[in-house]
Order: sequence, then structure tokens, then C-alpha cells
Amino acid sequence: MEIDFTTDEMMTIAAARALGNDDICFVGIGAPSAACNVARLTHAPDITLIYESGTIGTAPDILPLSIGDGELCDTAVTTVSVPEMFRYWLQGGRVTVGFLGAAQLDRFGNINTTVIGDYNAPSIRLPGGGGAPEIASSCGEIFITMKQTLRGMVEVVDFFTSFGHGSGGTDRADLGITTKGPTLLITDLAVWRPDPKTKEFIVRSLHPGVTRDHVQDTCGWPVKFADDLGVTDIPTELELTTLRDLKARTEAAHAVEVA
Amino acid sequence: MAKFQSLKEAVSDNLKDGDTVAFEGFTHLIPHAAAHEAIRQNRKGLTLVRMTPDVVYDQMIGMGMVDKIIFSYAGNPGVGLLRRMRDAVENKWPKALEIEEHSHAAMANAYEAGAAGLPCAVFRGYKGAGLKDVNNNIREVTCPFTGEKLAAVPSVRPDVTFIHAQKANKRGDILIEGIIGVQKEAVLAAKRAVVTVEEVVDDFDDVHVNACILPRWAVTSVCVVPGGAHPSYAHGYYTRDNAAYVEWDKIASDRGLFQEWMQKNVLTVDETVFEKRISALKGAA
Repeated sequence: MEIDFTTDEMMTIAAARALGNDDICFVGIGAPSAACNVARLTHAPDITLIYESGTIGTAPDILPLSIGDGELCDTAVTTVSVPEMFRYWLQGGRVTVGFLGAAQLDRFGNINTTVIGDYNAPSIRLPGGGGAPEIASSCGEIFITMKQTLRGMVEVVDFFTSFGHGSGGTDRADLGITTKGPTLLITDLAVWRPDPKTKEFIVRSLHPGVTRDHVQDTCGWPVKFADDLGVTDIPTELELTTLRDLKARTEAAHAVEVA
Repeated sequence: MAKFQSLKEAVSDNLKDGDTVAFEGFTHLIPHAAAHEAIRQNRKGLTLVRMTPDVVYDQMIGMGMVDKIIFSYAGNPGVGLLRRMRDAVENKWPKALEIEEHSHAAMANAYEAGAAGLPCAVFRGYKGAGLKDVNNNIREVTCPFTGEKLAAVPSVRPDVTFIHAQKANKRGDILIEGIIGVQKEAVLAAKRAVVTVEEVVDDFDDVHVNACILPRWAVTSVCVVPGGAHPSYAHGYYTRDNAAYVEWDKIASDRGLFQEWMQKNVLTVDETVFEKRISALKGAA
């Protein structure tokens, strides 16, 4: 059967698939939040979703607009203070996966959400890191999801908000960081994983209908493709329906609030 | 000991020019009404502290009240960037703004250290992060027992902290429910603390034995300001006014529009407008 879907939907669904039922996942707002909740509503009903506002084991019926929406607290197993969240649960090593978005990303999974340009005289002052610097170092591993653009996927990030693999190789371990760091990148065009040695992101599968040129044209570094390059499985009807229903419920809820 | 006061008196008594001040709230329970009173009283030379400065800090920066900001995420949640703060950082309008930028983990630890009466906070953080190269208040200490290198930041010790909470009882104890953020720590870290509340109830006999309560002797001033968190929300009272956050993006994008909005909605009104602003947002919380 032929199913129509957008590149955005493919990105969210491919990201959702990476999460398992036993994962304890620290959720970034935006694209990661949608993916984590699709996972929870499909193949991973027992996944623990944590938002940095202190909500642990939350199961929102609609996607939150911010990391501190009341819906997250209402549906959580428990809500703790922010210092407790960062000290006991994150720094304490309880979180298996951190799911982050990025304004700027390089091939080694270093993320910039701080400034474009020079820190002291930025051309664009972005919001900053928030929880990300320690999410990146304290979670067991890091998944990243973002749409590909030449502005977003760059040769060198303007600022190291969150450390990925530095300049690659053993950079991470050399700094005394014991967690795995970025192990997966899901864009609107492809699924990427780091090379085990160099730690550079390599395209492992192209989303259906996407060509190598598409990926290269929207990426600021010379892209490497896996020898056994695959094609990402198309979304199932269940995945697609779940995502669309979630988005529809979210839009309806926010429209009521605004009205 | 908590004193019931009008918001005007509480701000006048507790916030001075040049103070280091935290108006805390983590998306939830942001003390907008108190900050607007501070704007009306035209306080100057402030150092603002907050993990997640959003719309209300954008307003204070745009009004030229702020010399320095200590923060970890400066955005309009769910919408985008803070345009008045950007204008200050990028173009020094209306004046230059000194920034001391941290991560959430650092700020949360710094508040906790402040509440604990410690000079600094120690934690495992900032590994490989660029902030330690641009912020001299991010340093390193070595654990005397294991030799592990850890991050250290100064504790946050505000002259005064403002928070918004759901309830006070008649004695002046404060009850905070829902996403409690870092408010307890921010109050206990400060020399003085002003709390605006939705309502005053007789007692807290019916609340859970482990509820987050600040005893009246840990608070300086209590002011009843229904709706005082708007456009943020108060769990159990009213929902977040998402449309107001979206609208702020447009208002803040233009200096003239911003000044007009502040004149009309802050400078020429008082805190009683907040109760009207939440009238359509009640019930769904």
C-alpha cells in the first residue's frame, strides 16, 4: 500500500524508533518531544520521559509548548525541583538517553545553541544552552534530531554549547567524559551514526525518495556514506496515525486556549 | 517574619537600586506582577538572576533597568528568542548589558549552594563546553578524596528574591504546588523574599504532609495578587496564556511598539489588571 508522508513526519518517526521501552529519556523541546511521545504511544509504552522542569515519567496527551507546561506535571509519576532533577537524576547517572535538537551542528555531534558569530559581539544571540551542556555529558548516550540546512549543519560550530565528540577520535574520553555522547543523528533526509573510530557522523540510511545529492546539498561538510547504505523503512500506518493524531490534539488544545 | 503588604509597599521596601534580584519561576508561577511593579517604581542598575529569563526580563532589560544578567537560558519558551535582550547584547539598546551565562545545572547548583549558605557550588559539569572559556566564574576544583576534577561556580545570593505561589495561609506560610522549579532555593538563598499569591486561606490542614511549604519566618513579605503570574500560569488556578507569549514576539521586535506596549500595559496600570487578564484562562488548569 502506498502511504503519503512528509519529510518532517519521516524524521519524527525515524527518531521515535530509536527509543526503547526501557529507556529513561531526557527530552528536549520541539522535534525531540514529538519523537519521544510517538515512541511512547507506539512501541515503547513504558518509556520514562523526563523534562528538565522536574517532571519524571510524564505522559502528556498533547505536546507541550514549553518544557514546563502544566500537562507535563499533571501526567507525571512525580515532579521534583530543578536542583534535584539536575543533581540526583541527571548527574547521578539515571538517564539512559538524552534527546536534543540543535541550531548548529558539526560532523562530530558538537552542538551550538548559544551564539552565531563571536560570543562577545554576536551577529545572532541565541537563547543559550539551558540544560544541554550537562545532558550531553551525563546521559548514557545522545540522540540528535534536526532538519538539514547549510546554516544548521556546518563545518565548525561557532560555539561549543554542548560537547559531542570534539574533533573526533578519543577527544571525549580524553576530557574525562565517561558517557558515549552522540550515537545517532536523525534528520529529515537520513539516519546517521558516528564512525566507531573517527566519530564522524556517517549516513547509514536515506529516507525513502532521498538521494545522496539531497543530503550533500543541505549539509555544510563533505558527507560520508556507509558502504552498505540502506533505505529507512517507510512509516507504518500506526506510526503515521499516532503522530498525526498527536499533532491534531495538540493544535486543537492550543487553539482552545488561544480562543 | 512574613508581613502582609500591598505589592507597591513590598517592592518599595525590599528592592533598591543596584540590587541583585531574582524573579524566579521555571515556566510556571513566574512573578510577572511583581516585576511590573518594579518597572513602575523605576529601579535602576539591577543585576537580574534567573535560570530561564523570558518575557518579563526582556521587558526589564528593554526599560533600561538592568546592568547585568546571570542566567542559563534566555528565550521565549515555545516561541523563540528574546528580542529586547538581543537588542541590548547585539546593539547596546537601550544600554549595554553585561551577561554572565551558565548552564541550568550550574544555576540550579548555585541557588542550592546559596540556600545552603555555601560560597560556591561543586558539580560534574561544563565538560568540553565553551562557556567556561567566556565566563570567569566557571572554575575547576579537584576532589580532595578522589582527585576528580569538578566544576565550581559561585553560589547565588540575591539581595531579594520575588516568587509567585498558589496560597498563603493567614499566618503567612506559603504553599507552592506543581512545577516548583528552583523557587524554594531562590527564596532561601536571598536576604529578603517577597511572595505574591493567588489567595489567602485559613490554614494548610488539608495539604499533603510533604507539600512544598515555606514557613512564614523564611519570607519577608506576602502580597495577594490574583493572576500575578500571567501570562505564565498557576497550577490549579489558570492556564498559560500561550497567545500572549506569541504576541510578545511581535511587540518586542520593534523598539517603538515595545515602548508603547509598556506604557499602556505596565506603566499606567496597577497589579489589579492581572485578575482580569486571567479571567478567560481559568477552569482549564
